[in-house]
Amino acid sequence: MSDNSNPHGQTTGHVWDETLAELTNPPPKWWMLGLHASWILVVLYTLYYPSWPLVSSHFKGLAGWTSIGEFKKDMKEVTDIRAKYEDKLPGMSAAAILADDELKNYVMRSSKVLFGDNCAACHGSGGAGNPGYPALVDDDWLFGGSIELIEQSIAAGRKGMMPKMGGAQLSDAEIDKLATAIHNGTITEEPLYAAKGCIGCHGPDGKGMAALGSANLVDKIWRFKAKDQLASIKATIAHGVNDPTDPNTRKAEMPAWKGRLTDTQIKKLAVYVHALGGGQ
Amino acid sequence: MTESSTSNESKARYSDDIYEEAANWHVNTGEEKIYPKKAAGKWRRLKWITHGIWLILFIGPYLRWNGQQAILFDIPNRQFHIFGLTILPQDVWMLALVLLFFAMLLAAVTTIAGRVYCGFFCFQTAWTDLFIWLEDKIEGPPAKRRKLDAAPWTAEKLRKKSLKLLVWFVISVLTGISFVAWFTDARQLWHDLLTFNASAIEYGVIALFIAGTMLLAGKLREQTCFWLCPYARIQGVMYDKETILPTYDFHRGEPRGRLKKGQLVEGNGDCIDCKQCIAVCPTGIDIRMGQQEGCITCSLCLDACDAVMEKIGRPTGLIRYASMDEMEGKTQLPLLKRPRVLIYLTILVLSIGGIIYGLTSLGHIEVKVLHGRTPLFVQRSDGTIQNKYDVKILNKTTDDISIKVTASGIEGMVLKGAEKPLLARKGNTGSYIMFINAPAENIKDERTPITFKIVNLDDPTQTSSYESMFFAPKP
Repeated sequence: MSDNSNPHGQTTGHVWDETLAELTNPPPKWWMLGLHASWILVVLYTLYYPSWPLVSSHFKGLAGWTSIGEFKKDMKEVTDIRAKYEDKLPGMSAAAILADDELKNYVMRSSKVLFGDNCAACHGSGGAGNPGYPALVDDDWLFGGSIELIEQSIAAGRKGMMPKMGGAQLSDAEIDKLATAIHNGTITEEPLYAAKGCIGCHGPDGKGMAALGSANLVDKIWRFKAKDQLASIKATIAHGVNDPTDPNTRKAEMPAWKGRLTDTQIKKLAVYVHALGGGQ
Repeated sequence: MTESSTSNESKARYSDDIYEEAANWHVNTGEEKIYPKKAAGKWRRLKWITHGIWLILFIGPYLRWNGQQAILFDIPNRQFHIFGLTILPQDVWMLALVLLFFAMLLAAVTTIAGRVYCGFFCFQTAWTDLFIWLEDKIEGPPAKRRKLDAAPWTAEKLRKKSLKLLVWFVISVLTGISFVAWFTDARQLWHDLLTFNASAIEYGVIALFIAGTMLLAGKLREQTCFWLCPYARIQGVMYDKETILPTYDFHRGEPRGRLKKGQLVEGNGDCIDCKQCIAVCPTGIDIRMGQQEGCITCSLCLDACDAVMEKIGRPTGLIRYASMDEMEGKTQLPLLKRPRVLIYLTILVLSIGGIIYGLTSLGHIEVKVLHGRTPLFVQRSDGTIQNKYDVKILNKTTDDISIKVTASGIEGMVLKGAEKPLLARKGNTGSYIMFINAPAENIKDERTPITFKIVNLDDPTQTSSYESMFFAPKP
């Protein structure tokens, strides 16, 4: 019902709150322009970008834009920035990289992801180690802490061996004696140490031998750290490490990474680990 | 319809009243071009002086300081250079205070004297005034301009119009270039522009400014203040009854009426309805209808009215700066007894205090230390405890410098990684991994404070220090 008595034009005949009448004026021109501009933009957008679903695929868009293409472009940007360093790495030894402040810094920053993907599962994200897995941040290295030896450990892996000494070799009382001496840091003064042949691998000074991977028995760092350290030492002596004849033996094996990682990646990891805080 | 006829009638009357009121209140939405008359007087002179503040925009980029551009907002390198000071993103809290200061200044000034910013300082007013002044020079006074616009296109009209547009265009181009020059080396910019070597962004921004200046100052003018600018409305709500504004003194002016034989008619007020106040108004309003949204408080009507009052031998100030309280015959509270003024002033003082503190304590070099996690500490084989630190050194000077890092806190501790002086690149934050080894017997607590200190070896007066922690197992 239209009430045309309003001097300002046609109304819809609706009245609200006693006084508000709705006029039938057309929308403002700028508003209509905005409306048309909007749908034109939508059409252009769907022409430019991939959009409409088709029977077996979709309309690819006139610009040929894809999200994977944009990702690859971005990745290439990163690779290009890194190229100035990455190009140098294959021709250099790990020691040479370590000696070059700029390259060392680059490797330290860029290899965090590599370490996280491949090493952190056992050694912890910061290299702090985990029960059964040695810390990489301290200065105690079973197989040597020089950059070359670290690189070798990563590439070829490591598997030390300590025969079980329990049962036929040592009585429980002897194991107690040896373990207490190790725990107190006085193993070299214990007569059993030489008498039972421990000295052969762990050395007259008790510091172990990097060539064999035998543990240092006189420092403050424990390879198999536990709450009850004395009990842990006893268990290690009794069952050995990686002794195939004892089902309760300690298992300690670092897998080889050559073949899984490129030589350059291994080199970068060696530098990274060396710089974590304990490299020698 | 079910309502009674009386109710319908009263409805119709209500709505008619509302429509009538709205209809009598004419608001120009751009359908009517304003041809302001050239004003003269003390307010006009004052306004040209206050508009002069915008000369800084044109001159600023060419100032030099120690061989560098004195003021340079270097966005790509994230640095602001202001007379030898380098402000980095780390100092951005000062920008917040600067913004707060100006926001409060706007509020304080507006509550005291209305839209002073709009009328005297705003770029929209300044550029529009300049453009209209040029229009007046080229096309003549309002009557001539009206006639010229209505006239058919002739060679004379074409000449005047194109000359005007050309002059406007030159000003717009200079405005655009001057703006861009704040963000890049000004001399290099001119060189690049003249050899057509400037970047697409530079050309784009300059083009936008040309279009914006021509449109806003040439075409939209007062419509910008009516419909586009949010500050126009925001400032309107900052008024109170004590705010002084250009006000028509209706007690003195009404009833208005024209002169008869050069004399005021007996019984009439001082307003002779000469409409000079409307003629000079850049927004085309009638100040005699009271304070309204269109008034940018530019005060030109004060000049126009005063000139007329002098001519007819009446006291000036029929239109003057006055508050609503004054019009209602109340006494004004002194400025410093108004709570709003005091609150605004307090915030102003605090923010400017913060800025001064910030500017005076801006260091040349800065050190921050992140303690390494996982692990918090490392047991070393010789019994010492090792902690890892990421030492971040910010060099705000304009040179690459060498830095010496020292640390103290635990007896017998050794800082590793700082044996050689470190190279800190200018305007950069360098990150350096360092270790501290401390003998276990000297560590008293799980956490011990450690102070890192850096010294610029090239200028030992420049130092900075940072306190971090040394973590150790429970003793």
